[in-house]
Amino acid sequence: MSNQVALTGNEVMAQAMRQINPDVVAAYPITPQTAMVQVFSQFVADGNVDTEYVTVESEHSAMSATVGASAAGSRAMTATAANGLALMWEILYIASGTRLPIVMPVVNRALSGPINIHCDHSDAMGARDAGWIQFFAENAQEAYDNAIQAVRISEHEDVRLPSMVNLDGFIISHAVENLEILADDEVEEFVGEYHADNYLLNSESPIAVGPLDLQDFYFEHKMQQSVAVENVKDVVLKVAEEYKGISGREYGLFEEYKLDDAEIAVVALGSTTGTAKAAVDNLREQGVKAGLLKIRLYRPFPAQEIADALKDLKAVAILDRAETFSTTGGPVFADVKAALYDIKADVEATNYIYGLGGRDIKVGEIESVFTDLQQVVETGNVEQTINYLGVRE
Amino acid sequence: MVKPGDGYKDIPKGGLILEVGNAKSYKTGGWRTERPILDKEECINCHLCWAFCPDSSVLSEDGDVKAEIDYDHCKGCGICAYECPVNAIEMEKE
Repeated sequence: MSNQVALTGNEVMAQAMRQINPDVVAAYPITPQTAMVQVFSQFVADGNVDTEYVTVESEHSAMSATVGASAAGSRAMTATAANGLALMWEILYIASGTRLPIVMPVVNRALSGPINIHCDHSDAMGARDAGWIQFFAENAQEAYDNAIQAVRISEHEDVRLPSMVNLDGFIISHAVENLEILADDEVEEFVGEYHADNYLLNSESPIAVGPLDLQDFYFEHKMQQSVAVENVKDVVLKVAEEYKGISGREYGLFEEYKLDDAEIAVVALGSTTGTAKAAVDNLREQGVKAGLLKIRLYRPFPAQEIADALKDLKAVAILDRAETFSTTGGPVFADVKAALYDIKADVEATNYIYGLGGRDIKVGEIESVFTDLQQVVETGNVEQTINYLGVRE
Repeated sequence: MVKPGDGYKDIPKGGLILEVGNAKSYKTGGWRTERPILDKEECINCHLCWAFCPDSSVLSEDGDVKAEIDYDHCKGCGICAYECPVNAIEMEKE
């Protein structure tokens, strides 16, 4: 039995955490995630959850305590944003390398400096190779749904990897949205109980966690991670199918919006995909065959599937809310372009870096990207591969 | 138990060690560049080397330093030679 509610993204993620009812949460507040852990800590104080809430002095400690709790055998969560995620860096790799199925909402915010608290994806994109599964959401509903599914995906025996559930800072985290949350017992049944294969608090079968792992075995353990991430796509689809059964909402690796017969399209992730849908609708009304591919699962990257979905286009623009300072464009662009190369697709691909530090992106700007793509198709010539959308000269 | 040369399909995930007390079977003596040699004639059996050895590689039995070093685990740090009050231990290049 679902409930229609009007909540901010942070509030509904706190509700997801309450319904997941993790054994341990260790978190440190940081804008724009603060309200999420604040609301959740109230649930702890009110006895609405069985969670042990560990107040820590930094995000480095938050992730460390979460790692410890997970290694001990508990279902453990944390949440962060931006510089908080950056401070967790060292321990992110320990969580994934130790194969701990931690689920962590990340409220995407620009990394300083200069100091900025608003939305972009530089935090999550910087951590894209840390061995975590990464989900992105168009809105609070998807962020909530991703959080609940992430528990099952991370804990799946073929996966056992941590997940970052990304939601755009302020745009999703602070805006009130009308959405559906599942009944508490439905979530309880869906996530089930977590049973670690081996865990520190098992006195019957004592183990060592995090030992020195040198030239003779470290590579083999990294190989195990590579195998595990290969398994993620199938598990994501299986869990999505099951989740559809209780929620009625469909999820895949990505969403194709009016992409079937499209000649030009944009690829994006996060809240901008909602804006892009409005642009696609406007162009469709003008008879332009425009489409959108919205990435939900960014790590591991579903390269083959995305390339197959884009291969019949004439031109595609990839939108990136993060800069890599590599002079080769944004991170999503690099991944999509490599995927197209692998299948030898004959599609012109351009890159638009936008929205850094929370700079608003408007429907008209995305329409202008489609206009550029039309130009590419007409002339057969890409004038500028890497573009910066909405920046002043 | 994990054996040297085991492949990624056969070892526990995440580097976990599932058997207790198995550090002894992981031989680390190969890290050594110098080996301690104990002169039994000079040794006064004070056990300082035994107490200071960070790898428990100076062996003692029934109150006697047996003039034996566990070369499977001694890493050649030389603390025993440094601490020995009668210079009964010398470090020799491997």
